[in-house]
Amino acid sequence: MRREAPKSVADYTPLFFPGLMLIIFFVVPFSTMIAVSFFKRNPSGFYTPDFVIDNYARFLSVFFGGVLGFSLMLAVLVAVCCVAIGFPFTYLLTRRPRRVQTLWLVGLLSVLSLSEVIIGFAWSTLFSHTAGITNLFVAIGLMDKPVALLPTFGAVLTGMVYQALPYTILVLYPALVRLDPTLLEAARTLGASPVKAFFNVVAPALRNTIVATLIMVFVFALGSYLLPQILGRPQHWTLSVLITDQAIYQSNMPFAAAMAVFLVLISLALVGMTLLVGRRENAL
Amino acid sequence: MTATWLRRLYFTVIALFLAAPLIVVAGVSVNSRQELTFPPVGFSAAWYAQIFTDPEWRLALIHSVTLAVCSAAIAVAIALPLAWFLWRRIAPWANIFQVLGLAPFILPPVITALGFLSFWATVGLFGQFFTAIISHAIFFVTLPLVTLSLGFASIDRSLVEAAATMGADDRKVLKTVVLPLILPYLVSGYAFAFVLSLNEYIVAYMTIGFTTETLPIKIFNALRYGYTPTMAAVSVFFVAVASLVFGSIARFGDIRRLLGAMSSDGN
Repeated sequence: MRREAPKSVADYTPLFFPGLMLIIFFVVPFSTMIAVSFFKRNPSGFYTPDFVIDNYARFLSVFFGGVLGFSLMLAVLVAVCCVAIGFPFTYLLTRRPRRVQTLWLVGLLSVLSLSEVIIGFAWSTLFSHTAGITNLFVAIGLMDKPVALLPTFGAVLTGMVYQALPYTILVLYPALVRLDPTLLEAARTLGASPVKAFFNVVAPALRNTIVATLIMVFVFALGSYLLPQILGRPQHWTLSVLITDQAIYQSNMPFAAAMAVFLVLISLALVGMTLLVGRRENAL
Repeated sequence: MTATWLRRLYFTVIALFLAAPLIVVAGVSVNSRQELTFPPVGFSAAWYAQIFTDPEWRLALIHSVTLAVCSAAIAVAIALPLAWFLWRRIAPWANIFQVLGLAPFILPPVITALGFLSFWATVGLFGQFFTAIISHAIFFVTLPLVTLSLGFASIDRSLVEAAATMGADDRKVLKTVVLPLILPYLVSGYAFAFVLSLNEYIVAYMTIGFTTETLPIKIFNALRYGYTPTMAAVSVFFVAVASLVFGSIARFGDIRRLLGAMSSDGN
């Protein structure tokens, strides 16, 4: 059955329910949030309708500039770590037998679906001095007594890399599994070692995929909101944490909404970049 | 064969990194004393029993499962007709709905959550349980949408055309040819949405967090008063459910294809 243009109104019926749901419960809430970002705070309720730009002006302050800078730096670091660890891993995984791949994919999906609360709880346990990894070091004689490894920047970074690594591998997987094997065979026939073939043939051929993945992991990491709270100090809080904090604990919805709109703009710009990069790759 | 050994080492290190927190949490969850120590002291399954016997934990479990079952069903109900329409019809503007279906998942979750919070607060329904069901359904519609689009793309159109030539109308083709072919993709889409919904924190928190606790919300709230082995038991429960669901998909379907491998036969 070939695809056909809809001929009558009845042909559009399948779109009614999805369209209605997505418009009422996604487009409208999203627009509401944008509208709220221009409203005035009402300490006794949620907000009073108005049109002010104070909410936007407020995060141009040094404090919010600092938080934004830290969030971006942390997300970049997480993205770089994840791609550096995940790219060679995914490449090697796609060369393994199907059974091995399936097993790993099930494991990765299970870790990926874990709640941020649980990841935070698990790592805070692992970094604690009562039940943590340092107890293991004491047991094998590497350390004198167990220490707490949190709250620290390293703990936040580890937790976020843990959260984003399965995501990174699953984003890279389709591109790497579809990689033309003749490309590699050619390199090997010409005498390149596997490592050399990887760096000189595979990595350059997938340069755009790597860039696109970096950006996607960056946006993913930007969304982390619990790990910085559980594993870090207040100076390690990211924009997502501040948004939640303002919306829920400070009851300042308009300000939270303004920060969220700002975060949307950053994310959209980056997702747009990914699509552009991806398009060039497909044109090859 | 140094390369093989290096690869094995590399794979082992990654496996350890991914498993380490879960191993510690699993160990902590069987402690016989009410504290977090690792390696565990003694052995007790009491903390697992507590999920089902303690009224608060049990209520949170019921909320979480209800939320996941219902919202995944609605997500599939939105994604199925949409994916079918996009496969069956040429209507370029309809792709806007596809973008709307993908957006909530690509943007940082706090944004979608805040959108829901402002919406439900504005219409005066903030805090009702069903608002979380709808919010989760929209937030996770991406997953069935992606698996179903893959499913439709894999259908051999000549098969459907043959049925149409034999006199089957659209409805009959859909029922007898298309639906059976995409059923595995539908089940996977549901399963993905179910597992992620079970684990979701921020959207549930911003819609019903003050009135109703789900398991992730309960764990986070409990974290403030210190750690208990019950949290560890709940975490192990989550990992078990996820592995079981994804393991079944791998057993009865083709998880590699669902995750983007072109064909199901090797590379």
